[in-house]
Amino acid sequence: MSDQVDEPQTVERSTRRTVVRSILVACGMFAFGFALVPLYNVFCKVTGLNGKTDPDPYLYKATEAKVDSSRDIKVQFIATKNAGMIWDFSPSTPQVTVHPGEPGLLTFVAKNPTDKRMIGQAIPSVTPFEATNYLHKVECFCFTTQTLEAGEEKVMPLRIIVDQDLPKHIKKLTLSYTLFDVTHMY
Amino acid sequence: MSTVTDSAEGTDVKAHEDHHGPAKGLMRWVLTTNHKDIGSMYLWFSFAMFLTGGAMAMIIRAELFQPGLQIVEPAFFNQMTTMHGLIMVFGAVMPAFVGLANWMIPMMIGAPDMAMPRMNNWSFWILPFAAVMLISTLFMEGGGPNFGWTFYAPLSTDYGPPSTTFFIFAIHMLGISSIMGAINIIATILNLRAPGMTMMKMPLFVWTWLITAYLLIAVMPVLAGAVTMMLMDIHFGTSFFNAGGGGDPVLFQHIFWFFGHPEVYIMILPSFGIVSAIIPAFARKHLFGYTSMVYATASIAFLSFLVWAHHMFTVGMPLIGELFFMYATMLIAVPTGVKVFNWVTTMFRGSMTFEAPMLFSTAFVVLFTIGGFSGLMLSIAPADFQYHDTYFVVAHFHYVLVPGAIFAIFAATYYWLPKWTGHMYDETLAKVHFWMSFIGMNLTFFPMHFVGLAGMPRRIPDYALQFANFNEISSIGGFLFGTTQFLFLFIIIKCIRGGEKAPAKPWEGAEGLEWSVPSPAPYHTFTTPPDVK
Amino acid sequence: MQQAKFLSLLAGLAVTGGSRAAWEVNMTEGVTAVSRNIYGLHMTIMTICAVIGLVVFGVMFYSIFKHRKSKGAVPQQFHESTLVEIVWTSIPFLILVLMAIPATKTLVDIYNTDEAEVDIKITGYQWKWQYEYLGEGVSFFSNLSTPTEQIQNVRNKNPNYLLEVDEPLVLPVGKKVRFLVTAADVIHSWWVPALAIKRDAIPGFINEAWTNIDVPGTYRGQCAELCGKNHAYMPIVVEAKSEEEFEQWLQDKKEQASRERELTDKVWSMDELMARGEQVYNKVCAVCHQPNGAGMPPIFPALKGSPMATEANQVGAHVDIVMNGKKGSAMQSFAGQLSEVDIAAVITYERNAWGNNTGEMVTPKEIVEYKKTGVYEEDPARQTMPDNQQASL
Repeated sequence: MSDQVDEPQTVERSTRRTVVRSILVACGMFAFGFALVPLYNVFCKVTGLNGKTDPDPYLYKATEAKVDSSRDIKVQFIATKNAGMIWDFSPSTPQVTVHPGEPGLLTFVAKNPTDKRMIGQAIPSVTPFEATNYLHKVECFCFTTQTLEAGEEKVMPLRIIVDQDLPKHIKKLTLSYTLFDVTHMY
Repeated sequence: MSTVTDSAEGTDVKAHEDHHGPAKGLMRWVLTTNHKDIGSMYLWFSFAMFLTGGAMAMIIRAELFQPGLQIVEPAFFNQMTTMHGLIMVFGAVMPAFVGLANWMIPMMIGAPDMAMPRMNNWSFWILPFAAVMLISTLFMEGGGPNFGWTFYAPLSTDYGPPSTTFFIFAIHMLGISSIMGAINIIATILNLRAPGMTMMKMPLFVWTWLITAYLLIAVMPVLAGAVTMMLMDIHFGTSFFNAGGGGDPVLFQHIFWFFGHPEVYIMILPSFGIVSAIIPAFARKHLFGYTSMVYATASIAFLSFLVWAHHMFTVGMPLIGELFFMYATMLIAVPTGVKVFNWVTTMFRGSMTFEAPMLFSTAFVVLFTIGGFSGLMLSIAPADFQYHDTYFVVAHFHYVLVPGAIFAIFAATYYWLPKWTGHMYDETLAKVHFWMSFIGMNLTFFPMHFVGLAGMPRRIPDYALQFANFNEISSIGGFLFGTTQFLFLFIIIKCIRGGEKAPAKPWEGAEGLEWSVPSPAPYHTFTTPPDVK
Repeated sequence: MQQAKFLSLLAGLAVTGGSRAAWEVNMTEGVTAVSRNIYGLHMTIMTICAVIGLVVFGVMFYSIFKHRKSKGAVPQQFHESTLVEIVWTSIPFLILVLMAIPATKTLVDIYNTDEAEVDIKITGYQWKWQYEYLGEGVSFFSNLSTPTEQIQNVRNKNPNYLLEVDEPLVLPVGKKVRFLVTAADVIHSWWVPALAIKRDAIPGFINEAWTNIDVPGTYRGQCAELCGKNHAYMPIVVEAKSEEEFEQWLQDKKEQASRERELTDKVWSMDELMARGEQVYNKVCAVCHQPNGAGMPPIFPALKGSPMATEANQVGAHVDIVMNGKKGSAMQSFAGQLSEVDIAAVITYERNAWGNNTGEMVTPKEIVEYKKTGVYEEDPARQTMPDNQQASL
């Protein structure tokens, strides 16, 4: 037979323990959901997955500049204007050919045709994914928001270097910028 | 498996003591902390939601009866598909299983009630309010949610109607209800089992619900996180899912499906438990491979955390990600197959009769397996490029959800109605319900495999001409399936009101503590725990 | 009720012509090596599943008939066997490994976009696709071209109902083509079954895919990700041509673009603008504002009789809303999507159709100026239309 004497108390205590632990699990998982946000970014940054490039400028070290003249890498540039972003926005050239280690310079032109000041943000994305960590942006207008007054046109420089360690099979990569209207966020 | 002493006597003693019995009138239901009352409320609520979600399905199938727009505008159609999904998942299937858990788990483990009866009451009463809030969005300006039950960003965050905020609140409420219910179930199963009932003596329905409850407390909070992030993006200027602010729409999909995949196992694991009780009862033979079934269920639950991105094969994941999720998803077929083999082996060399619970359970094994096969096909990532977001997927999940979850709920209802009401239901009518449901369901969803393979995308109110014939057939099947659920309602009400008196154990081969108490089950059962050998 | 149902069932069959395509039950083999690979995978897995199903259900149905109480069956009481569990865990596992090998090979191949010869940028919009031939200066929108009357069941549906566009994507046969897929608003998905390509178009991000088409022909697909109201109405049409025909087409398109640019400078008459405007309106605007200009208030305002389209001092506001859209509403900015000619034409049409009859017109040159200054000004050099030649519809 079962020991009936202090059973209700033990049951109550163990029940409470179960409940507290379950609540902790639930709260922990809620926190985990939010933790997925930075985790996702860290994961993408470390692996270069999803074409997300580094949001900080690449520190160009002169000593590393051993240009690999044996390889020609085509870097394509495409520009997309997100819905409602009516600036003119396009690259000065659709494609450059560089050697790994050799800096490439081009410009993007943006123009605000409205009669109001607007703020834009260019978001970069690279394909193929494996190339993401090997395409360094020394100077990029995408690191900051761009403010254009009514009717203002701006020429924005982009300085890139393709890393010498870019996987051998990649001969062409594409850097895409999507321009968003972020005026309402500031 | 387990023998019982004392309980009938113990029950009578207790019944004498609360001679005023349950309260009378409406307040009984508002204030009750009795697991049987709460179980009944969950079941009625879920049936009402089933009919509501079903009505929306009828509108969908009516519009899809022929190509062209005949009945509704595309914007409203999108609201119907969205709400049909939300209501069926959160309003019909999940509450039905919680209702069955409430009614049966305490009796199956020899406990007097759930571990936290008052929280049990709150868990239920949140639901009608959440449902009203959700459904009322259809009548708000701009209409209800129209972005699919999966509410991907930025369609839901930047392009959703004003009612989206209420949709988010409703999801929060539904989630809180589920989490509280799950905590209650875990506490009950782990702490209130009668002495002698070790974990490996528990009925499989209890095991599958224990594992389901763990899944619930693990992933419902993640869903809460996802909708909170949505709320913040919409109202507080954050950019979780907005690329312009440095966020990522694909992040939403990862977070959602981290919840979403375990969610679909939450919706099927209790079915496994139900079928594992019914088949042995009607085959008059013990369940084959009890231990294996427990491990298989646990494996499925564990694996379910590792496969979420198989819903995202076309999103542009890197190769290594696609391969990982493909392999992990294929792996789930192994423990699932083991379960199917065990059920079939239980039937083999048994002595079967085919009353309604057994009819639905047998159909479950066949049709759920077909759904599993289409799932295996979907797991092959390169092939999925042709299946994803087509009617092939719609066919797959309706095969695992309708003859999967819903038929199991039907089976459980017929199986336990005698215990709940004290009467036998009308077996002839129940068989009619079965055959109409079986034919209706297959007529509706089998052709969807074909149109999906032939190229018809999902979530469209209008389609190219080559899909017309099968869509007509699907619609007719849908109308048949829908109409027959009113017969089910009739059968239940008829059984409640009267019928052949049911003994404590109406099913010859049934086993379990619930069959040791009278039918209908007294208001309080096992107030003294039984001895389990 | 029964008779009506039966008759419309017949009518439905008549519409499809009872053609074989109407009863199509399987995936297409497609016209590329990848699509055939995928078809093969699909058939293999399906066959394996069918065989397993037949065996398992066979045992089950045998049991259902033989092991019944009514047949006098007596239940045997075996209920576990570790050996059996191990066997039926290992065998399926091995079958899965065998399935995974060709699947992996195909996926690796699909991910290899190296050495492409043509690059196409695909952008998904609500609710149309934009195609840009990178490096060629050719870019255009591709809209559904099925007339609204067919969708509203006023006219009979043509065989390519909902699968036809005004400007198809033309590709060369036998060359590796690389697609760069993105979106400008919400997530869309570009899917052509015959090429076995489905790639999500995600705003802010670029996705890659490739194909190499073996057979010239026309291949149709649809958007495969819920993207709002008209998700069902943004199809894809790929026309694969021989290399020479492709080059010729590309050349024609470039010439067409420069002719279009010349059109902005020409002097337009009211009738010309109205005719062109009506075309643009029906293709681009009618889907929300309706062919008769009545709209679907409050979400899609009426243009017929609306102050903005009829009052004299509202021309600037009218130009502004078409060019820049309206924030917080479904009205998109069309400056990037329509040429100056088309914008001028459609605004002129809207100000004169359905009894609006303002007699006003907007010229392409004025739109060019508007783009530069952000302010609408009537070009003092343009022709004015005498009253008795006012167009009215």
